[in-house]
Amino acid sequence: MNTWYMATFVGKDRSGIVARVTNALFEGGCNLGEASMTRLGGNFTIMMMVSFEGTEEELRENIGPVCKEFDLRSHVDKINGELHRHTEPDVLISVHGADRAGIVAAATGVLAEAGLNILNLETDVGGKEERPVYVMHLEGIAERGVDALEKALEILEEEQGVQTHINPIDTLIG
Amino acid sequence: MAILKILEYPNPLLKQVSKPVEIFDETLQAFIADLEETMDAGPGATGIAAPQVGRFERILYIDASMMKRKVKNHGRMVLINPVIVNQEGSEVGREGCLSVPDYTGNVIRATKITLQTQDAEGVEHTFQMEGFEARLVQHEMDHLDGMLFLDRLVNRRNGLFKRKVYKKSASKES
Repeated sequence: MNTWYMATFVGKDRSGIVARVTNALFEGGCNLGEASMTRLGGNFTIMMMVSFEGTEEELRENIGPVCKEFDLRSHVDKINGELHRHTEPDVLISVHGADRAGIVAAATGVLAEAGLNILNLETDVGGKEERPVYVMHLEGIAERGVDALEKALEILEEEQGVQTHINPIDTLIG
Repeated sequence: MAILKILEYPNPLLKQVSKPVEIFDETLQAFIADLEETMDAGPGATGIAAPQVGRFERILYIDASMMKRKVKNHGRMVLINPVIVNQEGSEVGREGCLSVPDYTGNVIRATKITLQTQDAEGVEHTFQMEGFEARLVQHEMDHLDGMLFLDRLVNRRNGLFKRKVYKKSASKES
């Protein structure tokens, strides 16, 4: 029976990495589950669910050459491959403001206290080098309702000098 | 009455274009009753289209009042040979589908629509619909033309905030 692994790759971004890495995995007998690739500050990052019948060591051997070719660091962990069990978020929140240390900790802290279970988080630093702007998007489940989160965001706006937006996600099933 | 079997992607029958209903007889009424029961049996479903159960005729059953959060709606209705004669605005919203289990994505739809349709007896009606209910009708009408929300996906990132929230924020910023 196949085992699920989480394989992560980090390195300087170059074109062609995804194609070569996924080809190496396919040729090595792996099947991919869900994956998320993003560039963070010009760095290439990808996390992939990999199903493979061999050992962890054999999986590392499969990806060794491509990691060397693209100078990638990789990491492999055994995981539970829980596919077909997506959890749907019911609220979307954005926070933006002048960049400074502590925004994520403050925002996620007050939101967690108000009952937010975070399912997705993405943050970007935009603006100019001398005047960076921080933008954060969160999706999650408002376990104690949207009103509680709205109140938490009002406090966050006052204390941190950031702007926030919150919208329920009305997922249509039809 | 019976719960009908839902066709699931990638079943090629879902790509079929449905034909207009011409005969409003007892067979049609019995099918509408089955369609309603099938919609009610679908987890979280607020609408269903006849081709989803393998009947390739232009028949929809919707009920936007079943949304967890209250939205403007016309209640439970059967729509036969529906046509959108006018549409205004556009917004991104999250959609899923009985024919595409365990996946949701963002789709752009018109915000307001004017719908011409027949009822179960073939009588013509015109409805003004907006927001979630307008989205629901557009989602279900796509099924009549062999389209799924998968054919209209836009990036999940950063796209669900409604204009009114931006206005609220703009007044705060000024």
